[in-house]
Amino acid sequence: MSTLKIPVRKFDAVIVGAGGAGLRAAIQLSESGLKTAVLSKVFPTRSHTVAAQGGVSASLGNSEEDHWHWHMYDTVKGSDWLGDQDAIEYMCRKAPEVVVELEHFGMPFDRTDEGKIYQRPFGGHMSNFGEKPVRRACAAADRTGHAMLHALYQRNVRANTQFFVEWMALDLIRDETGQVLGVIALEMETGEVVAFHAKATIFATGGAGRIFYSSTNAFINTGDGLGMAARAGIALEDMEFWQFHPTGVAGAGVLITEGVRGEGGILRNSDNERFMERYAPNAKDLASRDIVSRAMVTEINEGRGCGPNKDYVLLDITHLDPATIMKRLPGIREISIQFAGIDPIKAPIPVVPTCHYQMGGIPTNYRGEVVNQDGSVVKGFYAAGEVACASVHGANRLGTNSLLDLLVFGKSSGDSVVEAIKQNNVAHKDLPENFADLTMARLNRLETQTDGSSVNETRLELQRTMQKHCGVFRFKDMMVDGVAKILEVEKLVAKTEIKDKSKVWNTARVEALELDNLIEVAKATMISAEARKESRGAHVRDDAPDSEAFPNGRNDAEWHKHSLWHREGNKLSYKPVNMTPLSVETIALKTRSY
Amino acid sequence: MEASEALNKLRWRCTRRAMLETDLLLGKFLDEIFPALTPQQAAAFVVLADLEDLELWPLVNGSQECDDVSQAEVVAMLRRVRVK
Repeated sequence: MSTLKIPVRKFDAVIVGAGGAGLRAAIQLSESGLKTAVLSKVFPTRSHTVAAQGGVSASLGNSEEDHWHWHMYDTVKGSDWLGDQDAIEYMCRKAPEVVVELEHFGMPFDRTDEGKIYQRPFGGHMSNFGEKPVRRACAAADRTGHAMLHALYQRNVRANTQFFVEWMALDLIRDETGQVLGVIALEMETGEVVAFHAKATIFATGGAGRIFYSSTNAFINTGDGLGMAARAGIALEDMEFWQFHPTGVAGAGVLITEGVRGEGGILRNSDNERFMERYAPNAKDLASRDIVSRAMVTEINEGRGCGPNKDYVLLDITHLDPATIMKRLPGIREISIQFAGIDPIKAPIPVVPTCHYQMGGIPTNYRGEVVNQDGSVVKGFYAAGEVACASVHGANRLGTNSLLDLLVFGKSSGDSVVEAIKQNNVAHKDLPENFADLTMARLNRLETQTDGSSVNETRLELQRTMQKHCGVFRFKDMMVDGVAKILEVEKLVAKTEIKDKSKVWNTARVEALELDNLIEVAKATMISAEARKESRGAHVRDDAPDSEAFPNGRNDAEWHKHSLWHREGNKLSYKPVNMTPLSVETIALKTRSY
Repeated sequence: MEASEALNKLRWRCTRRAMLETDLLLGKFLDEIFPALTPQQAAAFVVLADLEDLELWPLVNGSQECDDVSQAEVVAMLRRVRVK
C-alpha cells in the first residue's frame, strides 16, 4: 500500500497510550471540548499502571506536618541531583491539587478516622529536609493503580473521549519543519493502517522494561513511544538509568518482596555460602537494595552463580518453620511454585536482580512539551508518564513518585495542548507527501522477508545481551562488548521474518513491530551507559567506586549533565541539569546518603 | 472470524495484560492446555481471560475462591500451571 491510499482520520488531538498519564491528559482535552482520540494496544483498565500498588505521594499533611518543599528536597536527593529542579518543584507543588482532583473523580482512597485521605510512610520520603520519615503516600489498599485507572477512565467516558482499543501506533508523522502532525497506526482486528491527523500528539506509552531478560514489567511494555520518537529523529534522554529490584524469580521476573528476607530469607551462591556476610557483615541479607543487587551480580560474574548456566543465586527459606511460611508468606510460596517450579518449604528460590522502572525517556519540560537539546519545543508533540523524561526522577526514582508523575504531567501536557490549540487557533497543517513511506517500507519489508531471523529468538538475544552487559551493576569491558553485541542484534531485528501474513489479528506482525521499538531503547540504554564514566543513582559502575574524591563514585565536575542519545549515527550529546527551581533556592549538590 | 484469527485475538488478550504474572500464566495455559479443553471449558477460559487482572489473579493464586461453578474447573487448572 502506498501513502496515498492510507485512510486519514482527523482529530484535534491524538493520545497514544491509555494508562494513567494518557487518561489524565485525555480528561483535560475532552473536557475542554477538543475532539480527542486515545489509541491503546489494550483496553485502558488493562494498562500496566494497574501494577503500581504502593500509592501516590502528596504533601497533604493529613497525618502529620508536611510541605511540598520537603517533598521537593527528597525528590532532588533521590534523583542523585540529576533531576531538573524546575520540573521537580512543579510536580511537588502540584501534588496535593492532582490528588484531591482524583478524589473528586471518585478515587476510593483509604481514609483516616476523621474522613481525610489516609497517608503512610514510604522509602525516601522525609520531613524537614531529610530529618525523619513522613507519611506522604496516599493509597487505595494495595490496588492504587487499578483504582486510579478506573476513576480516570470513568471520567473520560463522561467527557466523551473516543477510544481506539487494540490499535498499535507505528510511527510519528512530522513535516519538513519538524512539527508533529499525528501518528500512523495499525488496527489489530482488521490489519488496516490508518493515519491519525492531529493538531497535537501526546505520547503516554509507558516504559520499555521488556528490554531486559529479567523484568517485572508486563509484556506490553515494549517502549513503543520511545521507538517511534527515535525513528522520527527525537533524541532520548538519560536512558542509562533503570531501577532494579534485587529479587525477581530467575527466568520469569516476578517479584519476590523484601519481606521474604525480612522473615529470615538468606541469599546463597553455588557453594551454598551465605555470601552477603562478606559484602555487608552487619546488615547481611537485609542490606539496601543496591548493595544486595551488586553482591548478587558479583557472585554470578565470578562464577558462583547457580543452575546450568550459573546465572542466578538462591533465596533460601527452607530453614524456616513451614507453618511460618504458610502463615506469613503464602503468596510468595504460591509465586515460587507457579513461576520457579519450586516449593520454597523444600528448596530455595532462584532469583536475580530484575528491571523495574525506566527513569529516562523522551525529553520534555514541565509543561509536557517535548523539547530539543536547546530547550525549544518540538511543535505539536507532548509526552507524559514513564515514556517521558521531564526530568523529575533523574538517576533514581522515589517510590510513589511514578503515579504522581503521570497525574501531574498527564494534566500539564493536556493543559499545554488546550492552550496551544485554543489560544493560538491552530488549524490542521497539511500532511506532507509520502508521510507514511517509511512506515509502509517497514511493513512491506516484514511481508516480503525471506531467510530472516526469528522474532522470538531475536528478542531473547536482545534481552539476554542487556541483562548481561548493562544490568544493575555495570563493568567497563562488559559494556564495551555490549555495545558491539547490541549493534549485532540490531542487524537481526532489521531482517525479522514472520510466517503468518494474514491481516486479521496477526499477532506475529505486531510482535515484530514491538521488537523494532525495543531495539531502539536497547541501543539508547547500552550506548548511554557505556559512555557515562561515573556512578550516579541507579547507574553503578565497577570502575567508578566510592572514594574520597568521588563519594559514591559520582563525578559532578564531568558528569552532572543529562545524556541525549540520537539514533542517527548512535551519537550522544549532553545538556545541563536545570538547577533553578521556579520559586525557591537551588537545592545545592551534595553527597547522597541516607 | 476464522478459528485461527479468534485464537490469535485470545492470545493477544492473554499475553498483553496489566500484570506480568497473568501474562506468563495465561500464555502458558493457552499454549499447553487450551488446545485440549472441551468447548465448555474453553468458553469458561475465554470469560476468565476477559476479567481484569486484579479480579483474576486472586483466583489463580489461591487467595480467593471461585464461586462460579462453570469457571471453577478451569480456575483449578490455571492454579496447576507451572511457568517454569
